[in-house]
Formats: sequence, C-alpha cells, structure tokens
Amino acid sequence: MTSKTMKKHREPWLVISKRDDLVWWKAWLIRVATILVGILVVGILSMTLTGGGFAKIYSTMFRGAFGRLLEGNLMMVWPFFQKTAILLCLSLAVAPAFRMKFWNCGAEGQALIGGLASMVCMMKLGGTVSEWLLVPIVIISSIAAGAVWGLVPAIFKAHYNTNETLFTLMMNYVATQLVLYYINISSGGSQVIQPVLTGALPVIGNQKYLLNILIVIVLTVAMFIYLKYSKHGYEIAVVGESHNTARYVGINVKTVMMRTMLISGALCGVAGMLLVAGTDHSINENTVGGQGFTAIMIAWLGQLNPFVMALMSALVIFLQLGTAKVANDAFISDALSGIAVGIVILMLVGCEFFIRYSVKIRRNRKEGKA
Amino acid sequence: MAKTAALELKHITKTFGSVVANKDVSLTVNKGEILSILGENGSGKTTLMNMISGIYHPDEGQIFINGEEAVIASPHDAFDYKIGMIHQHFKLVNVFTATENIVLGLEEKGKFDLKAAEKRVRTICEQYGFELDPKKKIYTMAVSEKQTVEIVKVLYRGADILILDEPTAVLTPQETQKLFAVLRRMRDDGKAIIIITHKMHEVLSLSDRVAVLRKGEYIGTVKTAETTEAELTEMMVGQKISLNIERSEPVDPQPRLEVHHINCSNREGVKMLDDVTFTAYSGEILGVAGIAGSGQRELLEAIAGLQRLDDGAILYNNPKTGKSDSLRDKTPIQIHELGVRLSFVPEDRLGMGLVGNMDLIDNMMLRSYRRGKSFFLERNAPKTLAQDIVDRLAVVTPGVTTPVRRLSGGNVQKVLVGREIAASPTVLMAAYPVRGLDINSSYTIYNLLNEQKQKGVAVIFVGEDLDVLIELCDRIMVIGAGRITGIVDARTTTKEEIGLLMTKTTAEGSETP
Repeated sequence: MTSKTMKKHREPWLVISKRDDLVWWKAWLIRVATILVGILVVGILSMTLTGGGFAKIYSTMFRGAFGRLLEGNLMMVWPFFQKTAILLCLSLAVAPAFRMKFWNCGAEGQALIGGLASMVCMMKLGGTVSEWLLVPIVIISSIAAGAVWGLVPAIFKAHYNTNETLFTLMMNYVATQLVLYYINISSGGSQVIQPVLTGALPVIGNQKYLLNILIVIVLTVAMFIYLKYSKHGYEIAVVGESHNTARYVGINVKTVMMRTMLISGALCGVAGMLLVAGTDHSINENTVGGQGFTAIMIAWLGQLNPFVMALMSALVIFLQLGTAKVANDAFISDALSGIAVGIVILMLVGCEFFIRYSVKIRRNRKEGKA
Repeated sequence: MAKTAALELKHITKTFGSVVANKDVSLTVNKGEILSILGENGSGKTTLMNMISGIYHPDEGQIFINGEEAVIASPHDAFDYKIGMIHQHFKLVNVFTATENIVLGLEEKGKFDLKAAEKRVRTICEQYGFELDPKKKIYTMAVSEKQTVEIVKVLYRGADILILDEPTAVLTPQETQKLFAVLRRMRDDGKAIIIITHKMHEVLSLSDRVAVLRKGEYIGTVKTAETTEAELTEMMVGQKISLNIERSEPVDPQPRLEVHHINCSNREGVKMLDDVTFTAYSGEILGVAGIAGSGQRELLEAIAGLQRLDDGAILYNNPKTGKSDSLRDKTPIQIHELGVRLSFVPEDRLGMGLVGNMDLIDNMMLRSYRRGKSFFLERNAPKTLAQDIVDRLAVVTPGVTTPVRRLSGGNVQKVLVGREIAASPTVLMAAYPVRGLDINSSYTIYNLLNEQKQKGVAVIFVGEDLDVLIELCDRIMVIGAGRITGIVDARTTTKEEIGLLMTKTTAEGSETP
C-alpha cells in the first residue's frame, strides 16, 4: 500500500568502522610513513615555488637545519638542538595540564613573563648583588613569574569555572604588553635592550647552548617519571578522565588543578629563563617567537609522552630551519616554513583517523542476491 | 484471516571491526502482531533495530517491507517506509509543548497550522486511548507522559511499524499496564509492533510471538502462548540455569548507619531529598526502590560524602570503637580517616567508579594509591589485587594491563564490585549494580552482595527490577520524588504494593515541582 510513495534509496559505498586498537608498532609505522610523505609534499611544494631540483631542495633543507654537518663542521648543529630544547621545554610544560584536560594555551605568555623576570633581575640587580647570588635569584624569580602566570587562570577556573583557554590566551597579551612596556622604559628610547651579561647562566665549555640542552634533557626524564610513576601524575590522570571519579575517590580537584598549572607555568618560566639568561641575554616581544603555541601541537603529536614529544620537537625544528633556508636561498617569503610545518602536522593529525578507523569500499552486493 | 508480513529480515549480518553484532538474522513481523525481541545485553537487539530504523546499514542480507526489498540508508528513509522507532532516551525539546514536539521536523506543504495539528494529535490519542494534553510543555511532564509523546509522534507521521526499545525501563508497574493496553489497541488496528526487552514477564503478558537473540545470533521464534519462562531463558542464555537467590535471615542486626531527616538540593536548587530518615542494619540487605531519578543517587552520594546536605544528620555506628560518628559535611577522605569502611558501587561505572582509559591495576589503585608517604606510586599490591579479582570473579580480560573500557559491561562491573568488596567494608552501597549485565553476571553480583550480608555488612542495594528486589532484600525502602514513601518487609510485600508507593508522592509532587 505504501509502494507508490516509496523512493529508491542508494546504498552507501564506503564503510567506515572503528578499529580494535592497532598494534603499537603498526600505528607508529603509519605515523612515520605519514611524516615521510609529508616531507615529500613539502619538498615538491618547495620545488614548484623555487624552481630548484629535487636533490637540491633536500640538501638545502638539511643544511638549513644542521649546517655543514656532513663536512665535519659541528658548530652549526648547536642552534638546531637549542631550538629543539626550548620547544620541547614548552611542550613538557603544557603536557601535565593537557593530561588533566586543562587547555593551557598560555605557554607563550608564561615563558615570556619568565624571561622578563630574568631580564629585570639581570638589569636591576646586576652589579648590586654578587654574581653567585644573582644567578639563583634570576632562576627563582623567572620560575616564580611563570608559575604565577599559570596559576592565575587555574584559580579562576577552580573557583569560578572560567574558560581556561580564553583566560590563558588573554594572559599572553598581558605578558607581551608588559615586555613592551619594560623595553620602552629601560632602553632609553632605542626600543632595543642591549645584551646584559650580569646574572647570565654559566657556559659549559665554550658551548653556550649546552647547558640549556642538558637542563631540558633532565626535565624530559623528570616529566616522564612524574606523569607515569608519581602520585601527583596519577591524580592528574584521574582528574583529566573524570572529575566525578576524582571526587568519588576523594581527590580535591581544585587543588590538583592549581598545583598542576603551577608546575606548568613554572616550566614555561624555565624556558623563558633559558632563553633570556641562557642565550639571548636580552628580551623583546618575539623572544619566545610563537613556540609556545607550537608546543601545544608538539604535546599532542607526542601523545603527552615526553620522549615522543622530543622526537616531534626535533622534526618541527628541522622543518622550520630547513625550509627557512630554502626560502632564504630562493629569495621568497619565509612563510614557507610555516606552511611546511602546517602541512606535516595536518597530515599527522589526519593519519590518526586511519589509525582509529578502517575504511573499506563496499563491494557490490547485488550479485550475491539470495 | 491470513496474516501478511509487514517487515521481513533475511540473513542480516552486521560487524563492527572484529565484533559480530548480528550474524545471519532472519525474522518476520506480521501486520497486527506484537513481536518481542528478547536477548541479553550485547546480544545484538539494538543493533538490529538500528538497521531497521536506518541508523546502521547491514553488511549482508536484505530487508523486505510489505514484500518489497527496501534499502534503508538513513532515518529519513525509514520514515518513508513508515517505520517509527521509540528510543530508550527521549529526544524532545523541553520548552516546547507536546504538539510542537510532535510536528517538529515534519516537512509539510502549505501554511503551518498548529490548531489542526493539535486536533490530529487529539484524534490519535482518542483512537488508541492515550492520555495526553497536546498543550502541555515537556518539562512539566512525568516520564511516562514524555514516552506517550514519543509514541504519538511516530503515529502522527503515519508509522505502520513501531519499534520500542525497552519502553518499560522507566515506568512503574501501573504505567506499564497502561502502555501495554495501548499497544494492544494498536495491534488490533493492524500495526506491526516490535518491542525490545529483557524482562521475561512482559514478554509473556504482551507479545504474540517472541524472537530470541543470543550473542548476535538468531536462536528462534516461538509463539508466546506455547512457551514458558524456563524455555525462553534457556534460549536466551544457552543453558539451563536456576534463578533462585538464597535469602538467609539477618544474623544479629545492629543499627550501622542512621540517616536522620536529611534534605538536599541540586545545583538548580530543586529539592532532591526531602526529609529522608532510615536506618541500615548490619547483616541485612536494604533495598531501595523507586522510579529512576527520584533521589536514589543523591541519597547514596550524600552518605558517601559527595553531596552537600541542606539539613539533617548521618551517623555511623562504628562496630570497632562502639562510637557514633557523624558523616555529614565530610569529604570521602575524611570519612575514610574516621575509620569508616564505606564502599560504594556508583551507578555510573566508567564515569565515576572506574577510569575507562586506565588499566585494571591503575583502577585498583583509585581507592588506595595514597597509602604510604612515598612521592611515587606503589603498583605491586594493586597488581596482585587485580589478578586476584580476575581469578576469583572470572573476569574475562586479556590481562590486568587492559584498559577497563575494553571489557564488557559485566566484566567492568565485576572489577568495580570486586575492588569495593576487597576493602572489607562495613557498609556497602550499590546503585543498579546489575544494569546491563547478562543473567549469569547478574547472579554473580547478587551472590557477592549476599556474601557480604552474611559477613555482617550493612548492604544498601538500589535496584530497578522489583522481582529481584523482592527476592534478594530483607527490607525495601521506597523512594518517590526524594521522599521515603514507605519501608516494607521484602518477605511479605508485593510488586503492586511497591508500585503504589513509588507513585505515591509523584502524584502529589507534580503539582508542586
């Protein structure tokens, strides 16, 4: 009786279904393959933009990242590791917050304010306090400044349930403006702060980046242990999974939230301190240079595992430095490096779909009609 | 009168990854017939119905409607084929009236005429005997009225094939009877009705035929008049099982937990508990019956230290010290530090009792990870405990390092109950501990509760199946709209008595929300 009004409906031809969890090495095989394909796409893009040959592009990229490493010149490798270390440090900072599902988007500002604290101490106390006392003061004040910048949004989130994403983002602007203000009042009109060496971190051997790198290696191991084997790390994971479960077992969600953001901000403060007191000895509003945002992606790409995050940081820095060199040599905009990082990260995010779901094309069922 | 098939399924198979949800299922529903689909949780009932209503698409097999092959690729297609599904969870807009909800999403030509729609709704209600005010807003309605709106909604759209997914889960016995009367009238009007359920007595009293699924496979269809409860259970479970709960007399019951006149409100300021007073004794199982959402959760959470009280007192008589401690306004940790051994199996297993993404070992630690002064976690004892629970309660899992979200509902519950019992409690509270569990797992849980009772634990059991409550408990406390409407002796009470108590305050309470 209804057949007249019935429409003919087509069958869907793609079948997407959730996979059982893939074996870990298969998942990683997919990710590594994706990275390789991503680098290939970046290469092809660079070729079309610069007109260079295939091999030329990659050798330029390699040179941009590692300098003349193959010729035996180790000097130019250091910046690569320094940049990786700073990016990793910021990623390590946001990792515990993300494990708690607290979206700390303020690593940029937390690091900048840490750097500013270093700068202020170095300029204002340099010469008035002895050097062996000044360095600890610089270290502690930057960590404290970063920690406060992380703690404030956490306090508001814990007590008034404010949106931490917006709050931490806004705190970035406050930090930037404070830095600009400080430059304005202390540079004597030149808008540039000349490098200050009092209160700077000591240099190991004559490698000015080595100490930074060593500190971040220690922090990486420490963060891994903290998240996986400490009671704090366990509480962070429970709070991240479910506030209800946390309440049920008697975890004070507010305390954990504030404590974790204190740590997150403090680590950002460390990154800022390493940049200002460790290498730059000066500050401007671009000292952190957007790496505080890149760190958010690194933390996710590394699935909040500090060691994987280290590899991802290295990958991103390689792309940033390599493609910047390609752009520089070809006299095109250095926006290429942003595009390259974007392409590879997007592809990595996309490949997670194929790790979680299997896609099959439906074969025609009509032939087997019963 | 020869019956003609309204809906025919032939060799339907559906898989999700490596899980076979339905395997070669064939069944027929005739016009003017009520077919029950009976099966335990996870037997594939809902998946099958979702294929009929266009939410999933079968991997293999065909669906025939009125004798013609049909491809149902979306819920909209199902609507074209005059199939209407009434889901377990209502999909209604709270601030709209019944009629507005009913016509919502309908694309009809011409000017929208609410008056005419109301008239049609009234006609449908009269035809089948629904009690429904078309102008009433959803948020002022009781659960059973909302369900009526859902049913009228699919009838309004001209559905000839109705599928109801566990429609009685939220109803009192009396409301269930009303619903059944309406369904019978619809059947007599020539509609084909499919009802999904796992309650045996409903199957027997309502349906014409019963189709049984087990683990995704179609076991068979029998005429209701020619079968027995025992036969159906055997088809459903695959083996003969005895469904008796041994109830022993409470030994030396002592007042263990005293609740005096407690009141509490939820975040919106709505009163959830209203002057609740009772005493739980050691060595007995105190059942809590009531329509879902009548304050059961708030009551247990108040005792566990998770719910702030407006008023009243909760006293715990410690058998070790002989002292009476107040639990009011204490956090779970403070309660634990008082030496109160209170275990709580919450209703929301993976959202509260356990962490789905953590493995069995880490879930064991939830209650005990604070032990010791070390900054670091100690995972050896929890590992032993996890292994012990897996062995003792026959938890089906690849290992103790498997995330609990990957276990089936029954096994998740065994892990949770196992952990709570391992703390050797003196008070054990369990909210809907067998919800979603198959018969065998359910009886494992009942036996565990019984064991605790025999050990002298004061057990508080919030349940939904009145038959089980009557069989298992010593006393049954009935809660309605946050008030205790009666405490009855489980050995002498009847389902009807409890049913009346369940609705007692709902009727009064609906006037003053």
